[in-house]
Amino acid sequence: MAKFNKKKDGDLPAVSTASLPDIVFMLLFFFMTVTTMKDSSLMVENTLPNATEVKKLEKKDRVLYIYVGKPTREYQKVFGTESKIQLNDKFAGVTEVGDFILQERAKKPQELQNLLTTAMKVDKNANMGLIADIKQELRKVNALKVNYTTYEGDAFRNLQ
Amino acid sequence: MPRRGGPPEVNAGSMADIAFLLLIFFLVTTTIETDAGLDRMLPPLEPPDTDVIIKQKNIFTVNINKNGQLLVEEELINLKNLRAKAIAFLDNGGDGTCSFCKGRKDASSSDNPGKAIISLKNDRETKYGTYITVQNELVGAYNDLRNREAQRLYGRDFTEMEAEFLNPETPARIRDDLEEKVKRVQGLFPQKLSEAETSTSN
Repeated sequence: MAKFNKKKDGDLPAVSTASLPDIVFMLLFFFMTVTTMKDSSLMVENTLPNATEVKKLEKKDRVLYIYVGKPTREYQKVFGTESKIQLNDKFAGVTEVGDFILQERAKKPQELQNLLTTAMKVDKNANMGLIADIKQELRKVNALKVNYTTYEGDAFRNLQ
Repeated sequence: MPRRGGPPEVNAGSMADIAFLLLIFFLVTTTIETDAGLDRMLPPLEPPDTDVIIKQKNIFTVNINKNGQLLVEEELINLKNLRAKAIAFLDNGGDGTCSFCKGRKDASSSDNPGKAIISLKNDRETKYGTYITVQNELVGAYNDLRNREAQRLYGRDFTEMEAEFLNPETPARIRDDLEEKVKRVQGLFPQKLSEAETSTSN
């Protein structure tokens, strides 16, 4: 009988945590591969519209980003609630868009300079007037390839 | 005296903590990017030297006002019907030179897909979301027609072929083959979407 009693004696065996690092590393590698570094923090509201006929933007190094939207709450006191353009990390006027594109283009390697796409990340509540002005500026510096970045989804949800 | 039992084992208990630290760092500093959207080409600033005369019946005008209402060919329509209307216009084939068109061959509508132009005009106060929806529907109309032709010629969707062609991971051999097909289908329904400058009218 002593044989059976012995089993009850001991405490619960500790759960082995030897494989915990492996699990965490697996998660780490997952996040390292599927995400990209934030290049600038958003200062504008940026709820993108939905569209169905989207094309993927391949090759990140050939894309320039322009953000448009209402300033977020912390900036509203200073910049008001009208839609603003954000280039890199600061607000900018429409006239600065051209210079920004030229500057960014000059930073890219020679062979990519003609292949750049301008990705416009515009809040769905922004007015087209500002977008039209930006488009005009882009035409002036001959940056004609534009991508209106959207989420994938039913386009009619934009109307609500 | 030589040590017995080999070197002492390194304690790996804190490995998990280190890995967690790294994981949290990456969670905070990175984002999952939304990197898809509608591709468009802007017209060059300099107008072409030669003035091209375009017949009125070959132009499909779409006007968006500031309330998001649509005026298509002088007629107020619902956004949901835009795609069907655009397809009917592009696919019309009025002059009979288009062998693959399945439209009504209406003489008062577009001559053939190569000549048909969609002209989009919007107000300065139009919401961006509405504009994207309209763009989406118009691009969708082209894609629907191109898919139809691609299905007929090659037995698969145009959008799928194009995505595979644009994907840099596709082997070069397949891409060369696809390029020809994609160009051919694009040629059947060339995307002619003109955007006029915005109006400031009320």
